[in-house]
Amino acid sequence: MHELSVAGAIVDTVVRAAEGRHVSAVRLRVGHLRQVVPDSLAFYLEIVSRETVCEGAAFEQVAVEAWLRCRGCEESWQVTEAAFRCPACAGSDVEVLSGEELEVESIEVEENAACTA
Amino acid sequence: MHRVKVRVVEDALDANTTIADANRADFDRANVAVVNLMSAPGAGKTTLLEAVLGPGMDGVRAGVLEGDVAGSLDADRLAHLHIPVVQLNTDGGFGGECHLDANMVRSALPALDLEALDLLIVENVGNLVCPAEFKIGEDARIMVASVAEGQDKPLKYPLMFRACELVVVNKIDLLEHVRFDLDKFRYYLDQVHPDVHVITTSAYTGEGVDELRDWLAAVPARERRTAGAAV
Ligand SMILES: Nc1nc2c(ncn2[C@@H]2O[C@H](COP(=O)(O)OP(=O)(O)O)[C@@H](O)[C@H]2O)c(=O)[nH]1
Ligand SMILES: [Mg+2]
Ligand SMILES: [Zn+2]
Repeated sequence: MHELSVAGAIVDTVVRAAEGRHVSAVRLRVGHLRQVVPDSLAFYLEIVSRETVCEGAAFEQVAVEAWLRCRGCEESWQVTEAAFRCPACAGSDVEVLSGEELEVESIEVEENAACTA
Repeated sequence: MHRVKVRVVEDALDANTTIADANRADFDRANVAVVNLMSAPGAGKTTLLEAVLGPGMDGVRAGVLEGDVAGSLDADRLAHLHIPVVQLNTDGGFGGECHLDANMVRSALPALDLEALDLLIVENVGNLVCPAEFKIGEDARIMVASVAEGQDKPLKYPLMFRACELVVVNKIDLLEHVRFDLDKFRYYLDQVHPDVHVITTSAYTGEGVDELRDWLAAVPARERRTAGAAV
């Protein structure tokens, strides 16, 4: 349900980074904890990028696994379901190592050959 | 024409966070603590605010920023409380945003006399995911879930139940009418957000309302302490 606003934030970020150049491809890193439905995000990205420099760009979504670490006993584990208590010591002081990304990693832009030395 | 790859490595939510930090700086300067009140539509945020703020908060000057997709119904319901209430509509663009973002809150700040407040409560627009992602510059977040929504809500929306300091379970006057096992809810919540504080309330019977008021009234002093400690 939040993919529309996430798509908006992504396209804004891409447009800023593109500095007026046309964008042909975008590589995204999307953390598991973001609860993004890939198809839904792809759908909204296509719509939101219309009439911007990234209209028609190929958006690639790279899924990032969620890993947590217990500060109490140093155990680390991958989260697949909603379980955030330490499986080893049942501790609650847990830090997120990865899985919260919503990152524009790179973009591919079109430049005039004349501009390059 | 040729293609060039450009490394960006920027979080898409960074732009919002930057504005949220600016809001936070303004709030800190005015010494006002800000609470972001979130829930699915109809969980009872406005009704709880009426019950909590009606009798007044001892020594704490509170104000409300009402987020709403359109109209001023919620703000009108709070008008009789004689505290500052500012309405913020989220329509525009795609015909109604599903959450408040930092920029919308920023645009409402000129309408608020922050110096006259100790506590600003922001009633977010009802939605169970976006408000967790778009910070507004708040000090604390409250997630309201009502017993009419089902006991497995925390498992379905971990993002929201993790991004808060307090979970309020409202409409407990309905417990005998709905299939909602409070112990199960607490168990699921503990899976998602271990040790998070929970207050059970009924805005109708008043149960738990005093406890919620006390929790809210304690936020400004707590924030002043941590701000002082940070210096
Ligand atoms: N039974 C019951 N109904 C409630 C309670 N709190 C709110 N409501 C009702 O739930 C509906 C939605 O409440 P409202 O405060 O507008 O929800 P909001 O969208 O979260 O602001 C209204 O009809 C309220 O009267 C409660 O504690 N018990
Ligand atoms: Mg309301
Ligand atoms: Zn552990």
